[in-house]
Amino acid sequence: MDLTFASLSEISEAVTAKKLSAKEVATHFQQRVQALDPKLNAFAALNPDVIKEADAIDARIAKGENVGVLAGVPFGIKDMLCTKGLATTAGSKILSGFIPPYDATVVSRLKKAGVVIMGKLNQDEFAMGSSNETSFFGPVKNPWDLERVPGGSSGGSAAAQAARLVPGTIGTDTGGSIRQPASFCGIVGVKPTYGRVSRYGIIAFASSLDQAGPMVSTVKDAALTLEVISGHDPMDSTSSQKQVPAWSKNLSSDIKGMKIGVIKEYLSGGLEADTQKTFDEALATVKKMGAEIVEISVAGTEFAIPVYYLVATSEASSNLARYDGVRFGYRAEFPRLSGVELEEFYGKTRGEGFGAEVKRRIMLGTYCLSSGYYDAYYNKAGQVRRLLTEQFIDAFKKCDAILSPVTAAPAFKLGELVHDPMTMYLNDIFTTSTNLAGLPGMSVPFGLSQSGLPIGVQVTGAHFEEQKMLNVAYALESVSSVKGKNPHVI
Amino acid sequence: MSFRGYEAVIGIEIHVQLNTASKIFCSDATNFDAGDNENVSPVSAGMPGTLPVVNKKAIEYGIKTGLALGCEIRKKSVFSRKNYFYPDSPKGYQISQYDLPICENGFITFKVNGVDKTVHISRAHLEEDAGKSTHSGEYTLINLNRAGIPLLEIVTGPDMRTPAEAAEYGRAIRQIVRYLDVCDGNLEEGSMRCDCNVSVRKEGSTQFGTKVEIKNVNSFRFVEKAIEYEIERQIDAVERGEKILQETRLWDPDKNRTFAMRSKEDAQDYRYFPDPDLLPLIVTKEMIDEIKSKLPELPIARAKRFQDAHGLPEYDATVLTTEKSWADFYEETAQESKNFKASSNWIMTELMRELNSANKEIAHSPITPKQLGRMIALIDNGTISGKIAKTVFQEMWNSGKDPEVVIKEKGLVQITDPATIEKLVDEVLAANVQSVEDHKTGKKKNLFGFFVGAVMKASKGQANPELVNKILQEKLK
Amino acid sequence: MIDKKTIEHIAKLARLNITENEAAEYSAQMGKILQNFDMIAKVETGGIEPLVTPTEIEAYWREDQAHNTATPEEMLTNAPARVGNLYKVPPVV
Repeated sequence: MDLTFASLSEISEAVTAKKLSAKEVATHFQQRVQALDPKLNAFAALNPDVIKEADAIDARIAKGENVGVLAGVPFGIKDMLCTKGLATTAGSKILSGFIPPYDATVVSRLKKAGVVIMGKLNQDEFAMGSSNETSFFGPVKNPWDLERVPGGSSGGSAAAQAARLVPGTIGTDTGGSIRQPASFCGIVGVKPTYGRVSRYGIIAFASSLDQAGPMVSTVKDAALTLEVISGHDPMDSTSSQKQVPAWSKNLSSDIKGMKIGVIKEYLSGGLEADTQKTFDEALATVKKMGAEIVEISVAGTEFAIPVYYLVATSEASSNLARYDGVRFGYRAEFPRLSGVELEEFYGKTRGEGFGAEVKRRIMLGTYCLSSGYYDAYYNKAGQVRRLLTEQFIDAFKKCDAILSPVTAAPAFKLGELVHDPMTMYLNDIFTTSTNLAGLPGMSVPFGLSQSGLPIGVQVTGAHFEEQKMLNVAYALESVSSVKGKNPHVI
Repeated sequence: MSFRGYEAVIGIEIHVQLNTASKIFCSDATNFDAGDNENVSPVSAGMPGTLPVVNKKAIEYGIKTGLALGCEIRKKSVFSRKNYFYPDSPKGYQISQYDLPICENGFITFKVNGVDKTVHISRAHLEEDAGKSTHSGEYTLINLNRAGIPLLEIVTGPDMRTPAEAAEYGRAIRQIVRYLDVCDGNLEEGSMRCDCNVSVRKEGSTQFGTKVEIKNVNSFRFVEKAIEYEIERQIDAVERGEKILQETRLWDPDKNRTFAMRSKEDAQDYRYFPDPDLLPLIVTKEMIDEIKSKLPELPIARAKRFQDAHGLPEYDATVLTTEKSWADFYEETAQESKNFKASSNWIMTELMRELNSANKEIAHSPITPKQLGRMIALIDNGTISGKIAKTVFQEMWNSGKDPEVVIKEKGLVQITDPATIEKLVDEVLAANVQSVEDHKTGKKKNLFGFFVGAVMKASKGQANPELVNKILQEKLK
Repeated sequence: MIDKKTIEHIAKLARLNITENEAAEYSAQMGKILQNFDMIAKVETGGIEPLVTPTEIEAYWREDQAHNTATPEEMLTNAPARVGNLYKVPPVV
């Protein structure tokens, strides 16, 4: 077994069978991080106790304990997820020095399944970005081309996974932040149905859109990881009480007779040539595999971007109010507190602690919620959101899964869009409606551009119908051009 | 009521702290006596990624109070975020209810100087409390133990016209929440907080004047005084031709006046929106019916029943229903004694006197209602006399012993055996031969009472007075 | 363009100190972004209830059981300034 490219269950089974110690696994990947991460900047922080935690797994196995389906598998965790005792910053100065006294539920479930945490992964500040250029820790590089962005906001997760610095990673997705970097870096990224995975302990960007999910190398690894992290959490009122199916066990690439939807409104062109080609090939592939292509219509897809940004920035402006320099994180320097006006205390702390993109979005969201604008913006956006969502629910009465591009083009160059927020926002055209409608969506690597960059396709499922989505992706993966290809950095 | 040709318009907002064991959105304890920031968790400190989960009991208490106030209960209410920055507000917003509160459109009737007054309750909504600040000159310190304790904010229409009505309204709400056992009603400890909205207008005018909010009033006496002051202040200002500023003022009980809080440059813009971390609060008819069926009888209805079914005077019925604990005590006593008026009398005079002088709550009375009821029954069945009963009561208060035990230990059983009493009478008559003579000849009048007293004294008060009378009358014929 | 006064008002509401340059930048960018977003105005939405939670999730309420999950020390250790077990902030009166 080549440990670098081993699947999650291969590692876990070897560790459980004592063919390999968790310590050996952790050491192997730790060395990879040390060797490669200086080029990628994928990690925001490393867990100093990773070997100790691996030892603990080995000790439990030695005692005959059943450690779990991810026994001894190192994972990298996006810095949006709180990790007990390990610095968590959401890529922001305003959380510098914050050490959570609790684990996010996703993290505690991974640990319960035997995972050892390698460290925290770099990201756009508060997950606000599509290029990983807004992080306080500096930009992440795409392992396929170090001059290009890995995508965002889960750019650190995508880069670390693509370069196999760890066997598995977790990202979060508010408008495409798992799927877009997964596509840019040639890995599998799943955004589950809204409510499938607990949001407890995940730093909130936009509460009605956020979901965490696996960013891993294969569909099977994704299904397995998703099983571990899903399910009701009494700490999150918006987590579903539905049973978690055995997705990995039931995974099947037989998609014969399945109805695959294609959204008419997405076919109007505008895709970069390689991306178009990849998407067309994916359609031809599923057809060849016996699936039926069904054209569906979702009127008003052009409204998804404005609705998404109105909802996301409004919720964010409130979610980020807690970063105020009182209980944790950054506080601006004040030689003495006496005489400091409260407004200045907050204004200076927040003005210095947040980066430009986060400030811009807080401003936008505050504006959209403010007196006189609420009805035209936040409320209106919520209404259009319902219209879009209902159309998706109807569409899934006619098909089992929807196939679409993830982005209009492969990874762009660092610095290319950083000063043009509106164009940057328009990048999210194919991903945001999934979050608005709460649907499960994933990116599976399928094509390669002329210059050798990976290109993913997006599979979207009906609410809580992750299995069908995973099966379609599994089928596509079996004939993917990215299969067996690795980024140059490896 | 006229104040120098003006009418006052008063509305009240009362924050009622619901006495659940845990906070409204997390499991932190709610006890008052906790150490600094001891009842705080990542959720109540607003730490990153933490989320609220609704406490079922807080919802039930909100509905219960709403029902007691005759409110309609909304089947689907919504928690919203009220966004503002303040150090005692850990998330930078307070979770509250805005356009869709759980309770709406109720009323409360209470007496003001003996006359019924009805006030419209426009809404009652659930929200979380903020933390507590303590100030030194150099800095402020924040304790978040209180942050997240459930509150029910009860809001009236602009229905009150006098300071006395406002104060009585507050007392009526306090009485109800204590009856419902959803709040201890303690204003000084802040478990109930009262904000008063006051405006004045020329008598006969139908338009409202500019309203001023008075905060920080921690007793109903002060509610009355603060509003009195505020009405005069506003009339003075209007008379001087000044404009009333819409502002928040604080009551200063030491100086007996209100004063303006530092005015904010910007008007507040709370940017309310539905909290995406919480689902809409759906309550079923079954849940509402279940709570309704368990609603205790409220003070006004109970007082009426005490008058109609128990034959108590209005005064007794009103006093006994002031507190649920008193009314409960009375009913249990009466059930045991089968004597309504005597039960009422003993509680309102003897027991209240002892409780007052010992500064005790009725719940901590050393005499249980069953004991008191049995003691009254023992009077009624002639075991002890009414007079001896006072001694028995005193001993029960001191020792907590059953009346039967006290009577037995002290030998206080009434003497009802005619032979024993006859013997006592004979002894008294034999010792007072001259007086017997005087009585019989009519030389001295009114000696009968003297003989009764002497016999009672000889029996140490235990002889049955009726028998003593009867036997004396026979012997002195 | 969003005028400078509005930008300053919003920055104040959001408690964000911003520089003159930032104010100018936001004024132009937000104007452009909101202009684009204004396209949703043309969608007919009369009588439609705004959607918040996009999936059907069963209600979950906690039982009223108190248990403290953190010590004061755990809660205060991240505080930028403290006195004993209390958070320390500028004087607010």
